[in-house]
Amino acid sequence: MNGVPLTHMIIVSTLLFFIGAYGFLTRRNLIAMLMSVELMLNSVNINFIAFNKYLFPDNLDGLVYTIFIIAIAAAEAAVAIAIIINLFRNTRSIDAEYADKLKN
Amino acid sequence: MLNEFVILMKQELLLCIILFITLILKISENENNPKNWIGIINGLLLINFLAGFFLSTTGELFNGMFKVSELIIFEKNILNLGLLIVSLMAQPYLKNHKHLPEFYMLLLSTLIGMFFMISSGNLLMFYVGLELSTIPMAALANFNLNKANSSEAGMKMILSSAFSSALLLMGVSFIYGTTGTFNFTQITASLDNNALQVFAFVLLFTGFAFKLSVVPFHFWTADVYEGAPVPVAAYLSVVSKAAVAFVFVTVLYKVFGTMANLWYVLLFLTSVLTIGIGNIFAVRQENIKRFLAFSSIAQVGFILVGISSGTKAGEASMIYFLLIYLFSNLGAFAVVNVVSTMSGKENISDYKGFYKTNPALSWFLTIALFSLAGVPPTAGFFGKLFLLTSGASTGNYLLVGFAAINMIISMYYYLRIVKAIFMDENAMPIASIKTEILPRIAIIICIVGILATGFMGSVYNYIYLLSSGI
Repeated sequence: MNGVPLTHMIIVSTLLFFIGAYGFLTRRNLIAMLMSVELMLNSVNINFIAFNKYLFPDNLDGLVYTIFIIAIAAAEAAVAIAIIINLFRNTRSIDAEYADKLKN
Repeated sequence: MLNEFVILMKQELLLCIILFITLILKISENENNPKNWIGIINGLLLINFLAGFFLSTTGELFNGMFKVSELIIFEKNILNLGLLIVSLMAQPYLKNHKHLPEFYMLLLSTLIGMFFMISSGNLLMFYVGLELSTIPMAALANFNLNKANSSEAGMKMILSSAFSSALLLMGVSFIYGTTGTFNFTQITASLDNNALQVFAFVLLFTGFAFKLSVVPFHFWTADVYEGAPVPVAAYLSVVSKAAVAFVFVTVLYKVFGTMANLWYVLLFLTSVLTIGIGNIFAVRQENIKRFLAFSSIAQVGFILVGISSGTKAGEASMIYFLLIYLFSNLGAFAVVNVVSTMSGKENISDYKGFYKTNPALSWFLTIALFSLAGVPPTAGFFGKLFLLTSGASTGNYLLVGFAAINMIISMYYYLRIVKAIFMDENAMPIASIKTEILPRIAIIICIVGILATGFMGSVYNYIYLLSSGI
């Protein structure tokens, strides 16, 4: 396996993961927060595929796991967007700052 | 082969069948009266609960991906009982709701997810089960479709659970990178506790901590409980938490048993934080649902004390405590649900003078709260006693002493509600409520459970026989 070494893949995926985590914690738009989470899930996918390809090329465990993650992330995004639309109908806003009715 | 498949997965298959029956009920909506459905579905759930006790064979399916042992069957029976009680107590809330079949569809799919999660012997099956149990849960939290509070609760739940599963998956990916497998037994065999595996384990622990609402990751809990409908909050606080706790113990003991020194430190720190902060925040709550949320956070802290020992008694006391906690917390939530749907009042100050108008409900709520606080004649005392004894077996008396002192502090806020019910004067108490038959059955099951479980030593002995340590 010449060309890109495994460490580079891991660096890319780790960077993506923390960009996603930073976005989740700083963005106040709910759709942008959802996108940040998707970014984190995609970085995990890169991790799985890189490990499978470089370290354990005999079986396809990592690839199968990735397919499941993609499918479940799609389901999660569908439910999340449905909830966000419902929130928008009720409050006329998708800003996390205005979703603060639940407080003591 | 097919025979074995059907018998081993009978509990999941039964739930799937009930799920399809609700779907058919939904399609034939116009002819039937929703009030009849509640009776039909509750009957089916009762059959489902009773069927769990028959034909208990153990074994493995799909190369160890799906495992069934006697302990797992017992845990599934506990969850089935929880679902039955939640479904019974939800009747006053559901009878006027136009989306009744959807409520049961979502509820049943979360339970199927939990069953697969409990039975999993593989990280893939575990992840799929976990997501199947959390995604419909967020939709359930948003079930009061035209209330802003409810959609806010659903939004907070789905975003925080997505974030936590991303953390968990990062951990899984590093476990895969260092061991090359997802199978629990093979992972245990090839763990050598290098730095990357420790990092992966901490990420996995974080994911679990989110789902269990252990303290640094508890921020979503109170908001979701307050905004969600009461039966959903009850289900979330008991059934969903119990399922995650069962898997958490399996993962800690069976998969990461070699890292016991590491996770002991993590459990020590998080349990001290969880009990302390849960108690401090529970004292200052005014809304009874938020109050029950923080009390359930504090109870999770006691569970962590129990399982930190890593012994057979640790697992057994955790399951025993969760059985008792199911009765006590669902009993409290059932009364709160009746009051909330009939009068719309959810603040602790509204309960002043409750005894004058509703003596029976007052006594039920009081018994449930005494059991949550751990007052001796009720079962909650024995549950906490076993948890703390098991925690003390490691010799860390600092942790057990801290937990015991916090049990006394927790008396203050549980008894504050009892005082409001029995002693405080109120010019406008909640009007007398006529409880319908199904929620009354739910409350009576809970009260009988609270009073009986503590004195039946055979329950604990049975669980102890089935469980195992590291």
